[in-house]
Amino acid sequence: MIQSQIRRRKFFRILIYCILVLSSVVMLVPFIWMISTSLMNEADMFRIPPVWIPSPPRLANYAETWRALPFTTFFRNTIVLTVGRLLPLLFSCSLVAYGFARLKARRKNLIFIVMLSTMMLPYQVTMIPLYILFAKMGWVNTYLPLIVPSFFGIPFYIFMLRQFFMTIPLEYDESARIDGASSFQIFYKIILPLSKPALVAMSIFIFMWSWNDFFTPLIYLHKTAQYPLALGLQLFRSYGEYSTRWDYIMAGSVLMAVPPLIVFFFGQKFFVQGVTVTGLKE
Amino acid sequence: MIASIIISFTQWDIITPPEWVGLENYRQMFKQDPLFWKSLGVTLVFTFGLVPLQLILSLLVAILLNQKVRGLPWFRTIFYLPTVLPIVASSMLWLWILNPSGLLNFFIGVLGIPSRDWLTSESLALPSIILMSLWGSFGVSMIIFLAGLQGVPASLYESAEIDGASAWRKFFNITLPMISPVVFFNFIMGVIGTFQVFTQGYLLTDGRPNNSTLFYVLYLYRNAFEYLSMGYASAMAWVLFIIIMGATLLILRTSSLWVYYEVQR
Repeated sequence: MIQSQIRRRKFFRILIYCILVLSSVVMLVPFIWMISTSLMNEADMFRIPPVWIPSPPRLANYAETWRALPFTTFFRNTIVLTVGRLLPLLFSCSLVAYGFARLKARRKNLIFIVMLSTMMLPYQVTMIPLYILFAKMGWVNTYLPLIVPSFFGIPFYIFMLRQFFMTIPLEYDESARIDGASSFQIFYKIILPLSKPALVAMSIFIFMWSWNDFFTPLIYLHKTAQYPLALGLQLFRSYGEYSTRWDYIMAGSVLMAVPPLIVFFFGQKFFVQGVTVTGLKE
Repeated sequence: MIASIIISFTQWDIITPPEWVGLENYRQMFKQDPLFWKSLGVTLVFTFGLVPLQLILSLLVAILLNQKVRGLPWFRTIFYLPTVLPIVASSMLWLWILNPSGLLNFFIGVLGIPSRDWLTSESLALPSIILMSLWGSFGVSMIIFLAGLQGVPASLYESAEIDGASAWRKFFNITLPMISPVVFFNFIMGVIGTFQVFTQGYLLTDGRPNNSTLFYVLYLYRNAFEYLSMGYASAMAWVLFIIIMGATLLILRTSSLWVYYEVQR
C-alpha cells in the first residue's frame, strides 16, 4: 500500500519535471533561433532541417548590421532618451511622493485621489490633446515631448513610492527635526537613503519601459537621425534590400535586447519582487 | 482630459481651426463606420482568446513550479525571459518564425501538417498574434501567480491531508479560493492590457490581411496620425475608455461572487 503510494508520487514528480522541461524548451526555442539566425550565412537561413548551430558562426553579421543602418546613432538616441526620462522621473516622483507621505496640506487626500484616478485613464485619451499641444509649440521632431513630461512624474510610481515612504517610521523624521533638519533635508538625508530598494526597482521598470517604448517615438519623431532603437530596428522591414535579410534583422534584435537582458539578470531580485508587489509590466 | 472631450466633439486636422460638430463623430462611428466595428471585434477576439489562455497556462505552470521543484530559479528565469525582450525585437523574431519558410512551418511539417502562410491568411493572422503575445507576456502573470501560491499557508494543506482530502479537493477548496484575489488581479490587468494592444498589430501585419488584425488602438492611431482626424480619434479614445471602465466595473461587481478575501473589509 505505502509502496504503491511512493511509486505514484515518484511518477508524478517525474511527470512534473517532464512538463516543466518541455515547456521551458518551448519558451527558449525562439530565443535560440534568434541567436542562431543572427550568426548564419545567407544559405543557412532557409535550410531544412534548420541549422541550430551555424558553423562557422558568422560574427561578421553583427558588424555588417551595425553598418547597414546607423546603429551608433540609434544606440546613442536610445540612451539619451532613457537617461533623459529616468533622472527627472526619479527626482519628480520621489519628491511628490514625499509630499503625499509626510507633508501636511489642505485637501491633500483629495489631491491624492484625483492623481490616482488619472491612472485609470488610458494613454490614448490624453495622447491626442498632448500631441496637439506639443505640435502647436513646435515640439514635434524634437525629444522635448518625450522628456519634458518626465519632470511631472508618473502617478503610478508616485503611488508606489508613497506607499514605501509610509512604511518608514515617523520617529526618524521627528528626531531629525529636533536636530534642526528642514523638510527637504529629511527627504534627501533620511527618506531617500532608506528607500533604495524601491528606487532601484522603479529605475529598472522605467529603464525597461523607456528602452522598449515604441509608441511615443513613433508619434513624435519622424527623422531617421532621431530614431531610438525601437524605431530604427523596424526600418529593416521597409528597406527592400534588407527586408529578407533575417540574419541582419535578428542580429539587430539581439543588439537591442542585450542591455535590457543585462539589467534583468543583475536586477532580477528587485525585478521579480517589483513585479510581484506591483504587478507592473508596460 | 477635458480638452480630449472637447476635441471629440469637433472635426480637427490641426492645420485648419477646429470645427464644432457636436455628437457627429460618435454618430458616424456607431452608424457609418464598418471599420470601427471591425476593429472592436478584432480586439474582443484578441482579448477573449489571449486572456483565458494566459490565465490557465500561467496558473498551471505556477502550480507545477510550486511543487518544491529543484532548479526553481532557473525555470522562473526562463519563463520570464520573453517578457524582458523588447517588443520590437520579439515582433521581428516572430515575423521570422511565422515566415512561410520559417521555423513554425518546419515544426508542423515534422508533425505532417502542410505549411501555412501564417501572417497573410485572414483566418490565421490573428491567432498567430495571439500565440506570439502569449509567449511574450505569459511570464508576468506566472510570476504573480507563483507569489500568490507561495503565500498560501502550509497549515491549511496539512489539516486537509489529515482529513484525507484528495489532490483535486485540495486544489479546488484551498488553492483556488486562496489565490482568487491574484486571479482577479491578473484577469483585470490582462483585459486592460489586451484592449490597448498596438505594437504587435502595427509591426507584424499592419492590420492586414483585409483588416483581420486591425486592432482598436491601431485604427485609432491611423485616424489620428495618418488621416489627421483628431476629433474622430478622440471620440474613439473615449469609447475605449468607457469600454475598459465598463469591463473593469463588471469584473469588480462579479468579484464578490468568486474572490475570497481572508480579511473582510
